[in-house]
Amino acid sequence: MTQNPTRNIMLHYPRKLADKPIISNLIREYDITVNITRARIDQDEEGTLVIEISGKKKNIDAGLDYLRELGISFKPVSKIIRRIDERCTHCSACTVVCPTAALSISDRERMEVEFVEEKCIGCGLCIPSCPYMAMEMIE
Amino acid sequence: MAKTIQEINERIKKKKACIFTAEEIVGYVNENGLKKASEQVDVVTTGTFGPMCSSGAFLNFGHPSPRMKIQKAWLNDVFAYGGIAACDVYIGATEIPDDDPANKIHPGRFRYGGGHVIEDLIAGRDVFLRATSYGTDCYPRKKLDTYVNIKDLNQAFLLNPRNGYQNYNVAVNTSPKVIYTYLGILQPHIGNANYCSAGQLSPLLNDPYYRTIGIGTKIFLGGGTGRVSWEGTQHNPTAERGKNGVPTEGAGTICVIGDMKQMNTRFIRGVSMLGYGVSLAVGIGIPIPVLDEEIAGFVSVSDADILAPVVDYATTYPKREPGTITKVSYRDLKSGTVTIRGKKVPTGSLSSYPLAKEIAVTLKSWIQQGGFLLSEKVESIPGPESGQTFKPLVIRPEGGDES
Ligand code: SF4
Ligand code: SF4
Repeated sequence: MTQNPTRNIMLHYPRKLADKPIISNLIREYDITVNITRARIDQDEEGTLVIEISGKKKNIDAGLDYLRELGISFKPVSKIIRRIDERCTHCSACTVVCPTAALSISDRERMEVEFVEEKCIGCGLCIPSCPYMAMEMIE
Repeated sequence: MAKTIQEINERIKKKKACIFTAEEIVGYVNENGLKKASEQVDVVTTGTFGPMCSSGAFLNFGHPSPRMKIQKAWLNDVFAYGGIAACDVYIGATEIPDDDPANKIHPGRFRYGGGHVIEDLIAGRDVFLRATSYGTDCYPRKKLDTYVNIKDLNQAFLLNPRNGYQNYNVAVNTSPKVIYTYLGILQPHIGNANYCSAGQLSPLLNDPYYRTIGIGTKIFLGGGTGRVSWEGTQHNPTAERGKNGVPTEGAGTICVIGDMKQMNTRFIRGVSMLGYGVSLAVGIGIPIPVLDEEIAGFVSVSDADILAPVVDYATTYPKREPGTITKVSYRDLKSGTVTIRGKKVPTGSLSSYPLAKEIAVTLKSWIQQGGFLLSEKVESIPGPESGQTFKPLVIRPEGGDES
């Protein structure tokens, strides 16, 4: 059995495309399942969207080509949230905020907080909740 | 037979002292018993690292030319108190810049404040000093704008009026809305429980009656050495205690002092609490001489034997009403979930257990290398026999000596 791959990507789209039904096209025309995990429109109306996409590989490839043709830049989400390791004190304040347990403690003797990039959906909730300012977004 | 601190120091000088951390001693005592522990073990090192809002620094800049009586000062735009001698100021950990929007857009971010200025100074970064004054015949200058660096200051020392809290509340939120507190973000309907103590590693939890920790005790502070200088503010030795003598709620506190020039930003850092404010995370480690069996018993306390009160930060706490929902142990808190009102609740900590351990281990190695001798306290801080309590403020708009 082959499972449909799931990928998290972050899209940047320029103002001129802000009113285009891009997401609904991805769903309807390319048969991709889209789950929006974070959306932000800046004051200059440039948009940033983090989406989780799953579907047949060939559909995803075609959908991503469609985004490229429109001039939308994107990158995988596991690369957009970073922990600054020297700042992390392993306190665990973030672990009760992170919705996917990408930040969690597995060894309860050592009590160190691990950041598992693959589980991160880029929601950004950990950033303001870290008292030591150890989590950041690379944009 | 009981030992003395002098005897222990002799063994430390000969590098023959037997030292455990407060975590290691738990297993040792379980295996060997209290009698053997009191005979064999000389010192147990403790550690804690977490936000301690009642912290701040005294700084002396030296005089500019012409001289100045600094009245108001700002360091990187954060206000520092100048109502003391001419070129001394005190910068408090929780001070925020005058133009910080604070909680006007709730929850505020509080990215920078007094705690961060202290961290910047200790990191050796230049900090911008702006000061104003009214000018006097002896101190004519009225304005000052200059960069300063810790290496050029005459003195820079922390003086933290309330640190090292012996136990603390576990915060929950029973309301239907998220709340933002000094114990972190609390999700509605008891969605999480946040705590802030190193439990079995925490200094005053290992010396519940302040037998060896007192005024003058030499300590690890922020990566350097410091001293306990007084009882801390809100010191409450008559707090409720369990059978083992360990308080089951916030109890004793200490006022500590130490040279910032020795400190290291691994163990002292600015803190930003969403919707609450800024603070300073302070690393403290205190060695406890194992003088007799009673002390061996105290230092072998484990997370399972230390209970903390669960308090609702949406209702009873802000209103200052009594009411503890339940008590939970640090073993349960550290397991990642606790049961509150029949519900499994995930736990988060504001203080860092790994750093508390690193502090206890660092202090242990300092003592092992012979570079850190134990000090006899000069005077005790008040214990339960003092009857001292932590009183609330009674608001009385009427009265005063004039009326
Ligand atoms: S809240 Fe920040 S410092 Fe604490 S464990 Fe998470 S990332 Fe590290
Ligand atoms: S952005 Fe932070 S809170 Fe969100 S999933 Fe990733 S690690 Fe967790």
